[in-house]
Amino acid sequence: MKLLEYQAKEVLASLGIGIPKGRVARTPEEAAQACAELGPVAVKAQVPVGGRGKAGGIKLAANPQEARAAAEQIIGMDIKGHRVPLVYCETALDISREVYLGFTVDRDRRNNILMLSSQGGMEIEQVAEESPESIARLHPDPWRGPLDFELNQLVFAAGLGEHVRALVPLVKKLHRAISLYDAVTAEINPLVITPGGELIAGDAKLETDENASFRQRELESRYGGVSEEDALEAEAHRRNLTYVSLDGEIGIIGNGAGLCMGTLDLIQRAGGSAANFCDIGGGARAEVVENALAVILMNPRVRGVLINIFGGITRGDEVARGLIQARDQLGFDLPLVVRLSGTNEEEGREILKQNGIEPGASGWEAAQKIVALTR
Amino acid sequence: MAILLTPDTRVLVQGMTGREGSFHTGQMRLMGTQVVAGVTPGKGGGDHDGVPIYDTVQDAVAATGANAAGIFVPPPYAADAIMEAAAAGLELIVCMTEGIPIQDMIRVKGFLSDFPRAHLLGPNCPGLLTPGVGKIGIIPQRFSAPGSIGIVARSGTLTYETMAALTAAGKGQSTVVGIGGDPINGMSFVDVLELFEADPNTTHVAVIGEIGGSDEERAAEYMGRGSRLRAVAFISGRTAPEGKRMGHAGAIVSGNRGTAQSKEAAFRAAGIEVAETTDQIVELLTAS
Repeated sequence: MKLLEYQAKEVLASLGIGIPKGRVARTPEEAAQACAELGPVAVKAQVPVGGRGKAGGIKLAANPQEARAAAEQIIGMDIKGHRVPLVYCETALDISREVYLGFTVDRDRRNNILMLSSQGGMEIEQVAEESPESIARLHPDPWRGPLDFELNQLVFAAGLGEHVRALVPLVKKLHRAISLYDAVTAEINPLVITPGGELIAGDAKLETDENASFRQRELESRYGGVSEEDALEAEAHRRNLTYVSLDGEIGIIGNGAGLCMGTLDLIQRAGGSAANFCDIGGGARAEVVENALAVILMNPRVRGVLINIFGGITRGDEVARGLIQARDQLGFDLPLVVRLSGTNEEEGREILKQNGIEPGASGWEAAQKIVALTR
Repeated sequence: MAILLTPDTRVLVQGMTGREGSFHTGQMRLMGTQVVAGVTPGKGGGDHDGVPIYDTVQDAVAATGANAAGIFVPPPYAADAIMEAAAAGLELIVCMTEGIPIQDMIRVKGFLSDFPRAHLLGPNCPGLLTPGVGKIGIIPQRFSAPGSIGIVARSGTLTYETMAALTAAGKGQSTVVGIGGDPINGMSFVDVLELFEADPNTTHVAVIGEIGGSDEERAAEYMGRGSRLRAVAFISGRTAPEGKRMGHAGAIVSGNRGTAQSKEAAFRAAGIEVAETTDQIVELLTAS
């Protein structure tokens, strides 16, 4: 789950990390009130993507009238496909210096990686390209966490030795987000150093691991559902489907993530474009196929559907009967091509043909057929 | 000969009495795999379809001489099950469980560094299969045949497809290995390719990767340094948009990292043919 800025900052505050004063506002009136309480504020769009400043999602307000006007403009705005549900009104900081602190999962090393850089306020990817030497890195032991001397090394390597006394405890606090919240990525960028040497999180990003939601119920119930998902993805998740919205016209259903991804590739190769990724997993039971077809049909752009099933343990004839049942149940009348392979594939194809569904012998042939049928 | 799973492999199954564990243990035994024990804490002393059940892996190893584990334990307990198997001295640990928290797997990887002889496959993988010998996991044996082509893949269904198409074309397999679709996993492509390289019965290899991470690039680099195997690579997910997780937790392009284009380019630079469809994997492998 990608937390919004104000949510990530609440989490940081719970770890003992300093954050600026701020208030969440769901309406322009609430933004005006927040400004009346806090004084001059930045009114910031809350969306789970970067680049909101450039998109006009952050405005300064000197008084409640300006805060109201800013919130009116920002709430409901679309930033990179995300509608802004609310704004965060935050007081300005006295800045002496801006640095970068974060961690993420280093897949190559099969470990977490902590990163500290003297270059704050820029995208870390850009810093990594332009001045890689300014980023200090540490792979902490996953059982005991980072030790003090390792953190000292990290701080000095980043050229921030003068702030070592404040930085070492702060990095430790941030690292606790891993064990406490199953965080997989965290960023404090910029981490503001005030003229008095205090460290305050200027901006914050936090992403938690969905696989760990069984032990992060509190976090999920507090923060889940605030940022608005794609409506079709939300519906698919309610039906326990693995579904990703794409912007094409051909609905895709496959069993297995790799097969499903491969099917999207075949559609493009055949000159079409896929409307979604939908993995229904093993088995391909009729009710699961029906759910998947139902969600795909909610997308008005869809002009045809390709189903690609490899039957390992499930028999092809059973899958075919299930598909027909699902189609008839839903009154599905768009072009439909089904590629069935595996156990009893011949029987399965015969059943499909008898019921007016075009079978494809290979994934590639099926992709070409559905692209032709939807032209 | 084959890799990892040979006639000497004696398997214990953790989570054998659960729905998945029970069904797939049956399939493993149908294929002739030596399943010598099951482990379910609290059910020790009994048996499940004639296989003795033990409370701990340690007990099962002491009583049966098991040397490999298959894990069908639910996600909250699976990381501990992997570590229990390693601590009991097992050298092949195959974890099928999907949905293990990433931080659990990072701690498992840290733990396993003390057990250098333990080979972990997965998690979130279909397991492995040696035709004519046996399997640990869920790969449907009906589509396999003994032969000299090695398959190593992240995705289960693409593995089955490729295996089935090869078998239909009269080309058998030495061993079929699924390394799994999670971002933090056990054996990498390179780890498995090193074993195929050393296996005299493997002459060809299909490397089936997908977007995310850089294991495929490393595999390309490894093969490029000189290999006796004739290899074909395939990458799924070339049309996946950035930042979207495509089903597998590990299948995600972040920024310009982990793209299918970069992986395909790495294989081509190493002189390895890249198939554009799964059908082509078979065409390229059978052409020579």
